Amino acid sequence: MRNRLLSTMAAMVGLALGAMAGTASAADPIKVGAIVSATGPASFLGDPEKKVLELYADRINQAGGVAGRPVQLTVYDDGGAADKAASFTKRLIESDKVDVIVGGTTTAATMAAVPLVERAEVPFISLAGAVVIVEPVKKWVFKTPHTDRMAAEKVMEDMKARGLTKLALISEDSGFGKSGREQTVAVAKERGIELVADETYGAKDTDVTAQLTKIRNNAAAQAVLVFGLGQGPAVVTKNYRQLGIALPLYQSHGVASKEFIRLAGGAAEGVRLPAAGLVVAAQLAAEDPQKKVVTEFTKVYEEAFSSEVSTFAGHAYDGLMIALDAVRRAGGTDKAKLRDAIEQTKGYVGTGGIVTMSPKDHMGLTLDAFHMVEVKQGDWALVK
Amino acid sequence: MFAELLQYMLSGLTIGAIYALAGLGFSIIYNASHVINFAQGEFIMIGGMASATLTASGVPLPLAILIGCGGAMLVGVLVAKFAVERARNASTVTLIIITIGASIFLRGVAELVWGKDFKRLDAFSGETPIQLMGASMQPQSLWVVGCAAVLIVAIGLFFNRTLTGKAMLATSHNRLAAQLVGIDVKRVVLASFALSAALGAIGGAVVAPITFSYTEMGIMLGLKGFTAAVLGGLGHGPGAVAGGLIVGVAEALGAGYLSSAYKDAVAFVIILAVLLFMPNGLFGKRGTERV
Repeated sequence: MRNRLLSTMAAMVGLALGAMAGTASAADPIKVGAIVSATGPASFLGDPEKKVLELYADRINQAGGVAGRPVQLTVYDDGGAADKAASFTKRLIESDKVDVIVGGTTTAATMAAVPLVERAEVPFISLAGAVVIVEPVKKWVFKTPHTDRMAAEKVMEDMKARGLTKLALISEDSGFGKSGREQTVAVAKERGIELVADETYGAKDTDVTAQLTKIRNNAAAQAVLVFGLGQGPAVVTKNYRQLGIALPLYQSHGVASKEFIRLAGGAAEGVRLPAAGLVVAAQLAAEDPQKKVVTEFTKVYEEAFSSEVSTFAGHAYDGLMIALDAVRRAGGTDKAKLRDAIEQTKGYVGTGGIVTMSPKDHMGLTLDAFHMVEVKQGDWALVK
Repeated sequence: MFAELLQYMLSGLTIGAIYALAGLGFSIIYNASHVINFAQGEFIMIGGMASATLTASGVPLPLAILIGCGGAMLVGVLVAKFAVERARNASTVTLIIITIGASIFLRGVAELVWGKDFKRLDAFSGETPIQLMGASMQPQSLWVVGCAAVLIVAIGLFFNRTLTGKAMLATSHNRLAAQLVGIDVKRVVLASFALSAALGAIGGAVVAPITFSYTEMGIMLGLKGFTAAVLGGLGHGPGAVAGGLIVGVAEALGAGYLSSAYKDAVAFVIILAVLLFMPNGLFGKRGTERV
């Protein structure tokens, strides 16, 4: 009896751990489907995304829709689970018969949806970061956020400018962190930066002093890069200061929200990271083409939700706007034409940067889209 | 070299102290009702979230912890009363599944009440690291270890020196006999849930400045606490404490000397090994007595 109970307990621990071409008349709604992780571990990304999609769908409809057609938004919450993302994608394609899908908050959710949209031939704009989403190029898949590769490149560019060549890496064992680690390793090789330490930590770890002690004892390291999302990087930052490590600390674009500064408190001072123009909207030069867009978006977002805008919210905005802009240019929602129109997006000024896509580039951002920022007195400051 | 080891030990003991509190909570409830309460982690979460959000809105810290503690006890009693007690005649496995359900429910409610973002609670006595022979620790670690030690001693006294405590012990040894000598077994079960919830909530409050609080903070802490309880021998209080410290230190050493990728694996390899080779844990009595 007891043995059976124990084996059951062991099992429980284990546990705990075809698109149709419609004939669209002018008043037919434009059906936009979205899968986001509004709950679950990635909710700090997915929740603002969902809010932004709903807010802007409403605003556009109040302003008369797109080319006289209203936007009909269907949002599903995958709870951060890739398998759910896949089944919701199926539902969007088969029962809701959407014209375009925006979403996939995480890379895992996006990659689960990719085979489905490719088979059903539905344009899909992902909101997730990893470079694998658009490299190699997939015919129907696009994305709005900057890639981890760009973040690694930007960080190493900054290191070079400061005369640093030896980097210690500590990455999260999440999809984002793993992909970031791979890209960092690859970019380091290209840019002549030597990777002298390669540590990882768990996304929910509450203490990473063990890993950081190893880095501290590594005499070769000249700078440290953390690749992670959510509270993990804040824990790393606090432990980093606790251990009194004096090396420059870099973070990825994954923490480019005020939340990070709030959580890490004083420990965040001096941390550098690549971030989109959105987080430093007020500091952008007046002639910066993004200035108007990001200032406007920040205002609308903060008025609607009385909380601080995050880059993740911006990704959702960009995704929706690129999709609707393509509908306008394609003159309807014929999926093949819509796909081509998205691919031809040129000079779209969004919150993430200026997007110019091509058959070879389904993201369309260049390294200029990133600004290197440093935390100073509890706020972001542009590194000149 | 020594400083490195000391650093790992300090990190391990800090987090181990929290695992110990969680493990103790598992043991108390297991003793009174033979239920493995998988909502134990959620008690920790309630303590952490309540103290972080209340202090943020201006409530003094001790009062905030007290309110969090009271809230968690109330939730514990409600779980016992409306989920566990009603299914009294169900098998133990069913009861365990009920507690898993309760934990998911509590996380959902917490998400509605407090939202999904991470909450910050300032450290109780500053954040200037304490240097100790080349290793450094946050002052909050002392709070964690100190609170855990005080609570563990208090629980020990409660069980051995007070009538209520003795009644709870008696129930754990022989439910029927306890009932026959006039102990209200139902109330003992309720009291055990309240006590575990209080332990969890205080643990959550003292650990919040280190870990941040969020609605899912209890999942991992709960599982590690369970590992601690099983390692020490389910239902064995001091065993759970030792188990918690062992798991915490093993994790830190594993991350330091092996690879940080295996940090969580360490705890779960321990639990698998214990369940396979030593199902009674390090200190547990032979299981045949309790069928």
